[in-house]
Amino acid sequence: MALCLTAVCLICSAVLGGVYGLTKAPIDAAAQKALTESISAVLPEGGELSQSNASELEGVDEYYVLSENGSPKAYAVKSSTNGFGGTLTIMVGVLADGTVYNTSVLAHSETPGLGAKCAEADSDFRTQFQNFNGHLAVKKDGGDIDAITASTITSRAFTKAVEQAVKLVKSIPTTNSEEETSNE
Amino acid sequence: MSKLSLITRGIIKDNPTFVLVLGMCPTLATTVSAVNGMEMGLATMFVLILSNIVISLIAPVVPDKVHIPVYIVVIATFVTVLQLIMQAYLPSVYATLGLFIPLIVVNCIVLGRAEAFANKNGVLDSALDGIGIGLGFTISLTVIGLVREILGSGAIFGWKFIQGDAILAFILAPGAFIVLGYLMALFNKYIKK
Repeated sequence: MALCLTAVCLICSAVLGGVYGLTKAPIDAAAQKALTESISAVLPEGGELSQSNASELEGVDEYYVLSENGSPKAYAVKSSTNGFGGTLTIMVGVLADGTVYNTSVLAHSETPGLGAKCAEADSDFRTQFQNFNGHLAVKKDGGDIDAITASTITSRAFTKAVEQAVKLVKSIPTTNSEEETSNE
Repeated sequence: MSKLSLITRGIIKDNPTFVLVLGMCPTLATTVSAVNGMEMGLATMFVLILSNIVISLIAPVVPDKVHIPVYIVVIATFVTVLQLIMQAYLPSVYATLGLFIPLIVVNCIVLGRAEAFANKNGVLDSALDGIGIGLGFTISLTVIGLVREILGSGAIFGWKFIQGDAILAFILAPGAFIVLGYLMALFNKYIKK
């Protein structure tokens, strides 16, 4: 009896180990591809992209710097907040002057048909973030962002994630200019 | 019982959703659109066929006392295999269904067919039973998803025929119960007879 159960478990774990080994490379490749695609979707074309940089700011996991002719042109920031159904993780492209260039949703668990609209790149809610340089808060809270109908919490979370990204980018230039002056 | 009737039985007489009323969690949760429902149905069918085949093969040598743990381990293995394959080759499908794939392990349809059919029948019959029940589940989920999508988002298989919002309640949880209830009643009155 115990022998049978042990044998079944051994065979099953061997099968799982094999499949894991076979699929590990494609899974990593798929995750990497999704990340690269989201980065290139939120940044202007041209320039050189840096490796991932860690961030100290709460809610921001990492960011990438896009440089052109040695000076930073734009930043791709991976930012997370609490949405309505769980963590909302987005990639935000921010130009060096703090203007939002574009956004891309990496992971969300918002309500289908309502909050999940924040993942539709061509929706009105998302297009308003393109080249946005206003007050990052939903209109209900006195900002310039039109919330998704019946999804204020999702809209707030999304806007907050974008705001975090902009905050991070605005905190960067000071350190960079210091470096430049010291180099000179 | 003829081979063909093994398949049609899973679709009509023993339809897992509308007649046996099994596997309600994925049925209610994943049917926000026809495509989602279909993908969930196909994922369950994949596990169902393979676990039915393996269980019908090992059933004679598994002692009665441990047969449930053994079946669960077999089912869990196939579900994990499916999960890894989806993550690797169908990341977009995995992104929508991700959470519900591991839940196939405890889907009572899969264990139910293992207990009620596969451990008493041969390999071929068990495989056909898996196909039949799997198809029944897939068709049911697709139909529920289609109705909810038409009423809730004004779309058919992702193609929108009205602008803006439709009756949002049908996309949310209450709509799942309402649509399931009406379809179950209609199915039992007109198709099952």
